Amino acid sequence: MTELPQYSKKDFTSDQEVRWCPGCGDYAILANVQSTMPDLGARKEDVVFVSGIGCSSRFPYYMDTYGFHSIHGRAPAIATGVATANPDLKVFVITGDGDGLSIGGNHLIHALRRNANLTIIMFNNQIYGLTKGQYSPTSEVGKITKSTPFGSLDHPFNPVSVALGAEATFVARTIDTERDHLREMVEAAAAHEGAAFIEVYQNCNIFNDGAFEVVKDSPEENQIRLTHGEQVRFGADDERALRMNARGELQIVAAADWPDEELLVHDATRDDPTLAFALSRVAAAPTAPTPFGIFRQVSRPVYDAQVQAQVDADVAKRGAGDLQALIAGHETWEVTE
Amino acid sequence: MEGPQVTDTTAAPEKPVQTLDTVTIRFAGDSGDGMQLTGTRFTSATADANNDLATLPDFPAEIRAPAGSLPGVSGFQLHFADHDILTPGDAPDVLVAMNPAALKTNIDDLVSGGTLVVNTDAFTRGNLKKAAYETNPLEDNSLESYRVFSVPITTLTVGALESFELSKKEKQRSKNMFALGLMSFMFSRPTQGTEEWLRAKFAKAPEVAEANIAAFRAGWAFGETTEIFSHRYEVPPAKLAPGTYRQITGNTALSYGLIASGQLSGLPFFLGGYPITPASDVLHELSRHKNFNVKTVQAEDEIAGIGASLGAAFAGNLAATVTSGPGIALKGETIGLALSVELPLVIINVQRGGPSTGLPTKTEQSDLLQAMYGRNGDSSIPIVAAATPGDCFFAAIEASRLALKYRTPVFLLTDGYLANGAEPWKVPDVSSLPDLTGEVNFATGPNAGEEFLPFLRDSGTGARPWAKPGTPGLEHRIGGLEKKDGTGNISYDPDNHHHMTMLRKAKVDGIAADIPQLTIDGDPDADVVVAGWGSTYGPIRQAVRKVRKTGRKVARVHFRHLNPFPANTEEVLQGFERVVVPEMNTGQLSMLLRAQFLVDARGYNQVRGLPFTTQELTEEITAHIDEVS
Repeated sequence: MTELPQYSKKDFTSDQEVRWCPGCGDYAILANVQSTMPDLGARKEDVVFVSGIGCSSRFPYYMDTYGFHSIHGRAPAIATGVATANPDLKVFVITGDGDGLSIGGNHLIHALRRNANLTIIMFNNQIYGLTKGQYSPTSEVGKITKSTPFGSLDHPFNPVSVALGAEATFVARTIDTERDHLREMVEAAAAHEGAAFIEVYQNCNIFNDGAFEVVKDSPEENQIRLTHGEQVRFGADDERALRMNARGELQIVAAADWPDEELLVHDATRDDPTLAFALSRVAAAPTAPTPFGIFRQVSRPVYDAQVQAQVDADVAKRGAGDLQALIAGHETWEVTE
Repeated sequence: MEGPQVTDTTAAPEKPVQTLDTVTIRFAGDSGDGMQLTGTRFTSATADANNDLATLPDFPAEIRAPAGSLPGVSGFQLHFADHDILTPGDAPDVLVAMNPAALKTNIDDLVSGGTLVVNTDAFTRGNLKKAAYETNPLEDNSLESYRVFSVPITTLTVGALESFELSKKEKQRSKNMFALGLMSFMFSRPTQGTEEWLRAKFAKAPEVAEANIAAFRAGWAFGETTEIFSHRYEVPPAKLAPGTYRQITGNTALSYGLIASGQLSGLPFFLGGYPITPASDVLHELSRHKNFNVKTVQAEDEIAGIGASLGAAFAGNLAATVTSGPGIALKGETIGLALSVELPLVIINVQRGGPSTGLPTKTEQSDLLQAMYGRNGDSSIPIVAAATPGDCFFAAIEASRLALKYRTPVFLLTDGYLANGAEPWKVPDVSSLPDLTGEVNFATGPNAGEEFLPFLRDSGTGARPWAKPGTPGLEHRIGGLEKKDGTGNISYDPDNHHHMTMLRKAKVDGIAADIPQLTIDGDPDADVVVAGWGSTYGPIRQAVRKVRKTGRKVARVHFRHLNPFPANTEEVLQGFERVVVPEMNTGQLSMLLRAQFLVDARGYNQVRGLPFTTQELTEEITAHIDEVS
């Protein structure tokens, strides 16, 4: 294999003018994704960004890679086709909470359980931005918007729970303004073999400003950083921790009150997803202490590689197909003059 | 009831053989009786006898309606002859009815004086009631206009399998093979192929294979020895054009056509799909041939099926999606996207009765306007339609050619009749198929000085460059938002949108110069021309032949391309006093012809889930001729 060119962020920045609202969280995500690109270990021409519809889905235009801005909710399906047709490509899906969990919910869960080699980055701002402010599948109950003047009634999705329920092999959560953590998550997801899902808390300063203010403003108190192999502790002096009680529920406790072995040690590689699921339920809303980091990172056969392997195995077994023999079939007869 | 004895066949007297030129036979029974299998196997044996043939499977949408009930009846019709035939036959000469419900639903189709074979064992009080018979039709003289052969098929089958270590139920299940044996005797069908087929089919259960063979032989022996069959019949081989033949169904031919298109273009072939009747067999068939560099994805829904295909097209594969009308409805938005991003994609609609779920197992051709107009915006897409089961192969190659050359989604329309119907097919020589490698032409470098413009068009075809991901230096973005001519950057400029709409339209319209002209079959100086498309090809052609035999003049044209129409369409149609358009819809082609060419096209329209009969078309055409001349 020949060596990769020395890329810089600039190599992944297209000549298109970025058109998001001033102050939009998308700018930070774009800048950080562009910055991680040189470290992916992939040639720039092998990188493909596929998106659906929504503010976030304009993303591919701003990346100087191959890109496909598709239709509402369908990006995971289209990206699955790209990856399956050519498993050598590095395929990213950019979506939002409306695009990915509402109209595209079906495609999202199936891309995850199928484990195609995709890095799915879902921008969650708990609102519909592009259509100007209707509630989304992640909005809290009672949300007052143009379409719900009396308050929304639908119970929200927890995207990390949805991804884990869909058998995703890599699930993480991060925040638009947390530069280093965001990059760390994107790099880990991109390095993952199979479908990787990242939820990014993203601020829409026009229609849902401050949705994640609590976790952003007091990170020590409200951000629970998950680190594989380490105790799950947080607080200014790591004085709080998670433990599982006798009923099998995770609860936030004062670390000092419990012996070390009673405190939860995070293991992202557990094959059984139930503990990761329980972790995803620690915060009922992003106003309570919320886990960030990699919830799950396990290995399962990769769909597109397996599809290719079946083709290769069949060619090896039967030889490259003989078209004349195929169309003649087994039972033919001759008609002569 | 004491059944006739099956005796040593060598002692039986040789029966006289009567030669027929054409026979239509229909097997009808409960959907659990294996009628489709019986019919398919009889078709193979008929192909082995070198007859020309056409088949019409007709089965319920329910997997297994209550046994013995009227909705549970499954039928398989086969027309075979010593000459070339174009339809599965209007009415059966022979009907095999395995139970009262099958008799009730099919007897009215049997020709007067036709042969009826019934399984008397199934004519129990309970089954007669389920079929709403007040009296037993075998005893009330209601069948006196037919030659009725009452055969206790179930009893005879169980009797023939006495020595087999199988349950009674398992033995009874072989009764369809008894019926097949009996018919094979009656029509002098070769037997060796059927026995080999049974051994192969039940290779994992040799006991079952041997039991079925024994039942098959018992049916044959019964025909040979029993007094009630005084004759056997023979249909001599058909005088077809020299060559190697096989029998083929439309769905198989279509699958092979797609595989061939991949090979002919040198591209990997990709199919994203979702199971739907009557299209699923294409997904099944393609998934068996991975060694042709074929990838199939059974997606989570129709939308994902075409989405994956469009993604694969972007990545440089020859991609297709196959479905039926309701599936096209779901795929509509993605078809529009494919058109907007100008990528090649073959979209196959195996049409069935509609609207909505409609008649899933019955045929119709009512999705033409859906293909023409079933999307938002000005979104013209080329449409190709197959004429016969075997033609599905060539139609698939033509659709692929247009998709690749013009970088556009292309509709390929077939229907339930073509999908499941079979005909003898002259196996083409692969070297005679078109070379599609020249249509692929991936972009490899800049096309405007140092720059690469993803929407800079080929001056001849109007196609944009196809630059596949993985090609250095050609990184670009496409999408469903309107694009600026040339660069493909997002553009809301009013003049640009008008310009791009016209460019896309001109690209599709331009295909008219790249497809064959309409040819006139029959009498070019006739007053009446019959125009058809799709699977009505056979019935219309046969009817036109019959009308001409009566001394009347009539012409026929067939549309293989429906968008754009052949360049000479207007000129041809204007040359006749009357244009008659038989369609299995309420007048979709006639509407298009009227709209585009201002001709007074007269529709002849039926949506019964069944192909036209030659008889009704003959009468309709004759009436038009008599009216204008």
